[in-house]
Amino acid sequence: MRREFFSGVADVAPVLVALVPIGLLWGTLAAGKGLTLFEAVLMSVVVFAGAAQFVAIEMWHDPVPVLLLTFTAFIVNVRHVLMSASISRHMQAIPRALHPLVAYLLVDESWALAERRALVAPVTFPYFLGLALPLALCWIVTTGVGAMLGRSLGDPAALGLDFAFSALFISILMGFWKGRSTAGILAASGSVAAITHLMTEGPWYIVAGGLAGAAYAALTVREGKPA
Amino acid sequence: MSNASAILAILGMGLATYATRLSGFYLLRGITLSGRTKAALDALPPAVLMAVIAPVILATGLAETLAAAITATAAFFRLPLAITIIIGIVSVVALRALLPA
Repeated sequence: MRREFFSGVADVAPVLVALVPIGLLWGTLAAGKGLTLFEAVLMSVVVFAGAAQFVAIEMWHDPVPVLLLTFTAFIVNVRHVLMSASISRHMQAIPRALHPLVAYLLVDESWALAERRALVAPVTFPYFLGLALPLALCWIVTTGVGAMLGRSLGDPAALGLDFAFSALFISILMGFWKGRSTAGILAASGSVAAITHLMTEGPWYIVAGGLAGAAYAALTVREGKPA
Repeated sequence: MSNASAILAILGMGLATYATRLSGFYLLRGITLSGRTKAALDALPPAVLMAVIAPVILATGLAETLAAAITATAAFFRLPLAITIIIGIVSVVALRALLPA
């Protein structure tokens, strides 16, 4: 049990390093928009979603547009419907009563690493906590410190840390490689996502690409032959 | 002193986000998957991973596209996750410095 937990911590450790400057950056931006330390930390605890929080701070003004912010958070996070549906199929080892807690801790990084784990072993609750608790703690602390400092410590892009998230997803993606059928799925998803990104505002490209890849797989699967 | 609408907005955002994360756990409950549905769901993890990174690796610049190819090669040879991420970061920094923006 403890071994499972620390196995999760070890897997998420490199991601934490990249998360620190991003959390600090968000905190400084939030302070710049007039959020108090309490409000910044509250948002990191309650929302716990990097992309949605950056978009919210971008839109934040006085008076605070409550409904618009709520709706935008939903749109930015719609991808989590696909992510949670997918990972829920690999969580039989976790009691159903704990699924609401797992859902709260399901962010892009913990989802991707859990899917990676599911390729080789069942995702256990201690393993998932080992991934997700350090992520949550790191996010809450660094965004809070950023909000306290109130000024930027530098641009994560200058250190290449903006690429860390892409690198994480690329390396996890390669674990799903099963030959030509995977190439088709990735071509469908990647091209639809890139085109949608260039043609539309906002984060629709993730859902569009994800569904395009799934549709490709559904249309090309050979009936009667187990995948 | 916090302003009430700020707190309300944060709670609204939290609720909306949590709804997206929880919904997937109930969508498939009790459904037996077969054939095309199963193939579609099996394809979701790689398809969503690809869709998330597509703008960065396909539509940002040559440095990002090349760094993505180098990262994928490192991952293909099953290098540990941390090493692969470091290779990705180092190559994007080097390529951004070498290539004209």
